[in-house]
Order: sequence, then structure tokens, then C-alpha cells
Amino acid sequence: MCLGIPGKVMKIYEQDGILMASVDFGSVEQAVCIATTPEVTLGQYVLVHAGFALNVLSDTEAEETLKILHDLQEFNARLTEEDQTQ
Amino acid sequence: MTESPKNLRDASLTKAIMAEIRRITTQPWNIMEICGGQTHAIMQYGLDQLLPPEITLIHGPGCPVCVTSLQAIEQGLQIASQPDVIFTSFGDMLRVPGNQADLFTARSQGADVRVVYSPLDSLKIANANPDKQVVFFGIGFETTAPTIASTILTAKKAGITNFSILPANVLVPPAMHAILSNPANRVQGFLAAGHVCAVMGYHEYLPIAEQYQIPIVVTGFEPVDLATGILMTVQQLESGQHQVANAYPRFVTKEGNQVAQSIIAQVFEPVDRQWRGIGAIPLSGLGLRPEYASFNALTRFELTQTPLNESPLCIAGQVLSGVAKPLDCPAFARECTPAHPLGAPMVSSEGACAAYYRYHRTRE
Repeated sequence: MCLGIPGKVMKIYEQDGILMASVDFGSVEQAVCIATTPEVTLGQYVLVHAGFALNVLSDTEAEETLKILHDLQEFNARLTEEDQTQ
Repeated sequence: MTESPKNLRDASLTKAIMAEIRRITTQPWNIMEICGGQTHAIMQYGLDQLLPPEITLIHGPGCPVCVTSLQAIEQGLQIASQPDVIFTSFGDMLRVPGNQADLFTARSQGADVRVVYSPLDSLKIANANPDKQVVFFGIGFETTAPTIASTILTAKKAGITNFSILPANVLVPPAMHAILSNPANRVQGFLAAGHVCAVMGYHEYLPIAEQYQIPIVVTGFEPVDLATGILMTVQQLESGQHQVANAYPRFVTKEGNQVAQSIIAQVFEPVDRQWRGIGAIPLSGLGLRPEYASFNALTRFELTQTPLNESPLCIAGQVLSGVAKPLDCPAFARECTPAHPLGAPMVSSEGACAAYYRYHRTRE
């Protein structure tokens, strides 16, 4: 139930007084209510749950996390190499 | 940079994080993932198999379908069976056993029960069927709460009067208090549910970490996310810390989505709620505020109290509070299967028993 699927905002519009977006999930585009993320702009990624955008993806945080993890991966690879050379 | 599953499902990166967990682990630790969606992802990717034997993952109560009370299901069945009612629900709920029947049974007996993807779909059905009463089964955690609250605000604005909800929303922090204050508790660290935190932020967890001296790490749902959440929890446990940390910063901030929170607070207020298999937890649910009482299906329909009968074989309560694992249940995969579930955790795509049935058995 708490599944959230990230998708890219392709179009923003109003329907029956509700703020909506057309969101691209890779292979399918769907209408999503963005009443709870009115700040979202075109091209940004939103986390979608039950037809609503719950939050907007922070690009910088996503990049930072992956960078830290790749550093850790390199660190561990070096440890393994050192183990093997000893 | 995009939200690319390729990066976040990278096997070598996941293995590197697991290697770091093995490197720093010196003693046994019990970590609970609260969210059932995370339980399924852990089993699906076999992450539990990659962890060092010292780390035990305990599966938490974060399966809304599982914890929705038997009373609420019986109420739903009664409402659905009334004439001129269209009863709408997320699909998982339809196979959850009530006393004797489930919502599928009600449908086979003529009730108009419909599966919807979003509460807004339910509102559309109400708009298209002005001569019917349309009821939405309002289950879920803080993730569904803003979607249901927003739908009620839309209904009110549009003057749609034939729409109501059966209110059954529950909240995560009171359940964490209940788990930690249970004398049988074994949980030493929490992976907090990333999508609940995307809405609510994580400020609510700071007093819990402090009071129970327990690390809480906000965690996402991809393999790399889960491995990182576990690593950050073990790092704290091994160094004697008890902070709230965020392993899912691309979608979660400390404050969360304040627009969503204010919509929830506008429509709902905390109420005591019964959790199936666990019992009553004070102020652990969301009830409609008096201004929105007209959207409460419980006041719109006349319902009778029915006695509540749980299966004597099912140990769902122990599984949901982390005291037992699905394989501890003598009925698992015998009397209880996804096709014939005795308890809700065998039904839901987030239930721990269903996760073990689907993924664990294939490993044997």
C-alpha cells in the first residue's frame, strides 16, 4: 500500500478545479493529482502513491547519496585487494 | 541524474554495502523494518540472505491491510451489502477475511464492490452515480491519509453529497511506541518507512529515539536503499548511538511535505484505534474532524454490532508485532495460503506471510 512509484512530470493542468499532472513512468503516462505538491515543475520527478504525488525528488540529494555509496564501494574493493596481496 | 532504478538495483553496489555491514558487525542485532513493502523488497531481492548471520530483520506492522481491524471489515461488509451502495476499496482489501466472508464473497452475492486505484476514482464514481451512495474504504498509513483527505476536500468543494469514507487510517509513531513498550520487545533498531516519511518527515521520531535509546533510520525501497538503511543502523548500534538518520534524502526531509500534512490536519484528527492482531493503541488512528463528519459512512448507515471471531490457528498478531516469524506458524502454507488465507498477512502484497510464501519457499 505504501508503494511509491517515481515518475517524471510531463504536463501540468487543472481538471474540475483539481491540480493535476501527466506523469511519465517509463512505459506509461498517467494522470496524477499534485494538490499536495503544488510547487512541482515540468521535468521534475515525483513519488506517486494512489494517484497522488507525495513528494518531489531532490536531484542533489540523489546524486550525493550515490556518490557516497560509490566511494564506499571503492573503499571496500581496495580493502579486498589489500587482503589478497597480504 | 534521474531516479534511475539501474543505479539503485546495482548488485555490485548492494554487495559492497553488505560487505561493509559484515566488516563492522561484532555482535547480534535485531532490526525491524516497519513497512511491509520493505519486507517484500527484502525477500524479493534476497537481501536477508546477504546479511551476516548476526543481523536479524524483524518484520513490522506496516501492512495497512493486515492491521485494519476485524470490526472495520465487518462494517465494510455490512455497508457493501446494503441496496443502492457502491463500495469502493484498494484491491488488497477484498480478500481479507472477516468473520466468515470477505468483500469478494459479498460481491459474488450481488453487492456492488469495486476496486479503485485512488480515492479520486471513487469520487468520480460518486459523481457519475448520483442515485447511489458511494463509500470508500479509507485504510492505510500516513501515505494514503493525504490522498483521502484531499479527496474529501474536493468532494466538499464540488458539493458531492453521495460520497463518504469508512475511516480506518492508522499512524506509525504510536505503533512504534506500542512495540517498544511491550515487555517481549526484541527490536534494537528501526528502519523507518521511507514513504510515510516522505509525507510526515522524521521529526516525530526524534523523541522516540531519545526515549527508548534506539536508532531509527529513514529507509527507501530499492535494494541499495535498504542495504544503506541497514548499514546506517548497524553503524549506530555498534557505536552505541541512538539518532534519527536519513538514508532516503532524495525523497525525505526532516519536515516532510507540509502541504500534505496541513491537508491531513484540516480533515482528520488523532483518535484511538483498534489494530488487528495487536489491539487498541491510543491516538493511533485518524478520525474525521467534526466539520467533515458528514463524510463518515459510520454515521450515514445503520450498522449492527456483530461478534468478532478470529481464526484460532492464525498467529498474525505475533507476526505483526515482530514476536514471531511466519515460518513459526503451524498453519503456514498448510491451512493458510494466499488462495485461502486465515489471516490478513497472507493476503496482502505487503503482508509478511505472503512475502515468505512467495519468496522463501522458492529457496528451499
